[in-house]
Amino acid sequence: MSREDLQSAVAEAVTAAFNSSGDAVITFEEGGQFLNGCIDSKMLLPLMKELRTRTNLDFDYLFCLTCVDYKTHFTMFYHMRSLTHRHEIVIKAKIEDIEHPAIDSVSGIWLTADFHEREVFDLFGVKFFGHPDLRRIFLDDNWPGFPLRKNYEDANMIEL
Amino acid sequence: MLLGEDQITEDGEFIINIGPQHPSTHGVLHLKVWLDGETVKKCEPHLGYIHRSIEKMCESLSYRQYIFSTSRMDYLSAHMNNQACALAVEAGLQVEVPERAKVIRTLFSELTRLASHALWWGCMGLDLGAVSPFFYAFREREMINDIMEESCGARLTQNFIVPGGLMADVHPNFVAKTKELVKIFRKNIHEYDELLSGNIIFQNRTKNVGLLSKADAISLGTSGPVARASGVSCDVRKHYPYDAYDRVDFKEIIDEGGDCWARYAVRIEEMHQSFHIIDQLIDTIPEGEFVGKTKAVIKLPKGEFYSKVETARGELGVLLVSDGGSTPYRVKFRSPNFSNLSALGQMVKGGKIGDLVAVMSTLDLVIPDVDR
Repeated sequence: MSREDLQSAVAEAVTAAFNSSGDAVITFEEGGQFLNGCIDSKMLLPLMKELRTRTNLDFDYLFCLTCVDYKTHFTMFYHMRSLTHRHEIVIKAKIEDIEHPAIDSVSGIWLTADFHEREVFDLFGVKFFGHPDLRRIFLDDNWPGFPLRKNYEDANMIEL
Repeated sequence: MLLGEDQITEDGEFIINIGPQHPSTHGVLHLKVWLDGETVKKCEPHLGYIHRSIEKMCESLSYRQYIFSTSRMDYLSAHMNNQACALAVEAGLQVEVPERAKVIRTLFSELTRLASHALWWGCMGLDLGAVSPFFYAFREREMINDIMEESCGARLTQNFIVPGGLMADVHPNFVAKTKELVKIFRKNIHEYDELLSGNIIFQNRTKNVGLLSKADAISLGTSGPVARASGVSCDVRKHYPYDAYDRVDFKEIIDEGGDCWARYAVRIEEMHQSFHIIDQLIDTIPEGEFVGKTKAVIKLPKGEFYSKVETARGELGVLLVSDGGSTPYRVKFRSPNFSNLSALGQMVKGGKIGDLVAVMSTLDLVIPDVDR
């Protein structure tokens, strides 16, 4: 599927998921290696379900899940691939609340999200609603702060 | 309280800890296992014993420097880790990599894959109680490490790649030595089959053990030989060719078995494919430059750049987020072992505790790559 076809198929899925005009929910970025769709964090779960279950999209392989701290907001990155159609997409979900960032968990759709979301929770402090076992994965349970945040400070950190 | 009473749950399940210091976990992996007699009810990996936050460190390193910190993730696929990082920078810079560099990178990747699979094969025997395979595997692995040492100066953490090509040209002996290695390895690999593959005890320990269905393999995000042994076609070299993989002919090894034996068979067959790839490239290394022209201080345009390579363990992804500066704003390594490890709980559930070691062996885990 070409990039334009994929974009219109995704827009169709968005319209189906929200019963409204797709443009209000998802915006597509120009350029980039992948087709990038930007959404608000509240829209995540219904959209992801639609992307996973539609037969012409069938994004069954979530190969990368991560977060970026942009200081004014957090953005969750979901890199997905369809192993049947061999197309890829990136969904970027913006989280406005930087004090208590939270988003729906997608671990009910892809099992791999279980570990990856625990990693994001550990290092960014983003909470995932509906995650079966949200605990820190690398660091100690009482570790202060979230190391991959841009405002993280550690007394022992060496400035390079 | 009786000794160990707190280790028994209300359902009468016994909880034991395997690791972090345990020879069969190949590093500091800690598994918490719930047992009913000998049957594994649940297995939960506890990670972080070797977490160094490489991603945070990379945020303060330049685009030239950050490549080398990744050799310390999957140290058995160090060259491929470097390659993935360089490809991400090259995608951002739109720099042309000379043909010579592309071919040599691919050759080194396949040599690394051979060395890694050889080590895995030896350790697999060791884990299941056969000591001699380890020495046979190291015989060939040593030769590969010597080739690496001559050209890169290092045996394990090669650090041979810079954005745009290679750090230096290969050693004059490289071609002759590599040909010699492939010749000897080919001649010797039947011993691998005689020692382990054809061994009935080994077959009984691996066949129908640690089953992973195709649907689970996809949903759990596994990649590499683990996923291919469950029938998932996911070879990055085949589907998204990089460097010189688009001009070589090789088979993607897929097995439908999904058990330890299938994962074993896939890796053994991959070694044969690596010989085949090296054969096609070694005589036709193009002459010319080994590194493309890049500025002394690399600055990537604003945006995100993603690259993926097939390491010996699966798909390694590097996500670079750039804000236009000379250091990355954020780096994410999608490591194959992290996703493969998440399948462990699924694979050992309902099996016997003795099979846990066999399953872990065929996952071929490198813990520094899990923890990063």
